Amino acid sequence: MTEHAARAAEFVANDARLHWHDQAVWFVRNKRDIARSFVPEWEELRSLGSQIKAHTLSRLAEYLEEFERNARAAGAAVHWARDADEHNRIVHGILRENGVTRLVKSKSMLTEECHLNEYLEAQGVEVVDTDLGERIVQLRREPPSHIVMPAIHLKKEEIGELFHDKLGTPRGLADPKQLTEAARAHLREKFLAAQAGLTGVNFAIASTGGVVVCTNEGNADLGTALPPIHIACMGVEKLVPSPPELAVFLRLLARSATGQPITAYTSHFHGPRPCASMHIVIVDHGRSRILAREEYRNSLKCIRCAACLNTCPVYRRSGGHSYGVAVAGPIGSVLAPHVDPKKHADLPFASSLCGSCSDVCPVRIDLHHQLLAWRGELAAQGLVPLRKRVVSRVGRWVLARTWAYRFFGKLARIFARYVPNPWTRQRELPPMPRESFRAQWRKRVRAR
Amino acid sequence: MSARDEILKALRAAAPQAVPLPDIGRVSAVRYPDVRERFAKSVVEVGGCCVLVEGPLEPALAAIPEYAAARKVVSLVPGVAKANVDLSSIRDPHDLRDVDFCVLPAELGVAENGACWIVDHGGANRACAFLTQHLAVVLRGDCLVHNLHEAYQRIAIPSPGFAMWLSGPSKTADIEQALVIGAHGARSCTVLVTAQAS
Repeated sequence: MTEHAARAAEFVANDARLHWHDQAVWFVRNKRDIARSFVPEWEELRSLGSQIKAHTLSRLAEYLEEFERNARAAGAAVHWARDADEHNRIVHGILRENGVTRLVKSKSMLTEECHLNEYLEAQGVEVVDTDLGERIVQLRREPPSHIVMPAIHLKKEEIGELFHDKLGTPRGLADPKQLTEAARAHLREKFLAAQAGLTGVNFAIASTGGVVVCTNEGNADLGTALPPIHIACMGVEKLVPSPPELAVFLRLLARSATGQPITAYTSHFHGPRPCASMHIVIVDHGRSRILAREEYRNSLKCIRCAACLNTCPVYRRSGGHSYGVAVAGPIGSVLAPHVDPKKHADLPFASSLCGSCSDVCPVRIDLHHQLLAWRGELAAQGLVPLRKRVVSRVGRWVLARTWAYRFFGKLARIFARYVPNPWTRQRELPPMPRESFRAQWRKRVRAR
Repeated sequence: MSARDEILKALRAAAPQAVPLPDIGRVSAVRYPDVRERFAKSVVEVGGCCVLVEGPLEPALAAIPEYAAARKVVSLVPGVAKANVDLSSIRDPHDLRDVDFCVLPAELGVAENGACWIVDHGGANRACAFLTQHLAVVLRGDCLVHNLHEAYQRIAIPSPGFAMWLSGPSKTADIEQALVIGAHGARSCTVLVTAQAS
């Protein structure tokens, strides 16, 4: 069994929990639909977002140079990292030079992708994730299961137990309000004690050299307003040409993510605070390779809203951890094989290719087409399990020969129900028709 | 070759044919019959309160229970009676950790999402906006636009500097999707829309 299927099997073993998760995630998809319905120009916005990203990607090097120039002029230091390792070393270098041993972080999928926390902890830095969901999974020593709602896989009772163990809340406390209050007090202390704050970047503006960070909790703002060092980590693809384009993406992002019209805090950072320093780390980590591949290029348009996760029937029923990567769901499944095709060869198959992901994507990424393209490519590279390869081979052989198609069709109508089939593990096989479609059709034509 | 040059070289080599930047001006964005009414509704929908202030500011502030109960009050709006912190004397933002109430001026409000454009002009310590337990934002009634497209035509982003769209109080739904107001930042956010003349 492939890894995703094996991990998903563990997840679906608890039927009640599976349905609870499915509904919880679908609830967010519904909120997205409602928010969308208040924006009559929604489809036009999606097209604009997609085109702005296409334009920016087509001259990314120029925009990055412009961004760097303007960021420096605003007083920020700009660093470049070819890959995850270089990114981690740069961040650690900044911390070491400034004697920082206590770092607060707001959400950054890039640093998840680079495994920055583990790296820094091994160097003796205390790293505290300050987004509530991220703090919860960090205390459990597990990765986020969702890029917007990191702890969506957990029940409030489990979080209550975790907080009882780690934060000393009363045993049995499971009220979200009280648990959030406990986390607020705990993380306030961490904010006040931090020597540096690290944030992700939602958008970087080439014409002004600034970065925009969106949160609902205000954790990126507390983490950068208190300590004297702000480190902002961004992938090369985060650029927009100028502020007016921000309007398009900000209108799309939160509505697609959680159904909100905008996040509570949308912060525009240009350079450091007075008497403080700001470092921007620009990371490639495989993105230039994706840009070079025409069929996958569009995936770099992603603004990490997670709408494709929320709508995906496979994600909802298998949970984020089953993907084994920082970014789960359809977008994760098209990104991960670029990094390591062998390790993540199973992910493009973790989809029904229903296309719902492409339908909700705010920047119109052709996700299901990319998933299909990957399948072909991975098969050509021999990275698909033998069983799948044999089945496809046989299928191709049969479909190419009319006599074989008829013969095996007949066999299937008689024997299909007796053949062990993983598909029927949680479903009933519909009763087989007595006659083939072909035979039924012929009868109908004759009867006319 | 430096990492910078190597990355830029790789991106240049990988770049597709030039794609033109679309004309954003072509989007016919949503507009509302009554922009102030829609703004007030949006503020409530994002978890805040919106009060239309016809006369002086102070009675409207005093009507906010959290303001009435506050001991340490920071205001960047002149003339707030209870303001008792001189921000110019604060060197370390950590000294603002026990602020109960903060009053901030906003330059613009957006009807579609209840967001207020708040600029840190560098004179004050921006930590007060995030450390405070409760927040009031003062906005002039004629500084309202329908949507974010119009908003970005009107605002100036300070550089170097900091500015933000603030839409309601701090919130989270990270525990079982239950919306909780007051995650890390302000536990309440009241937007006071003043008469246009003031």
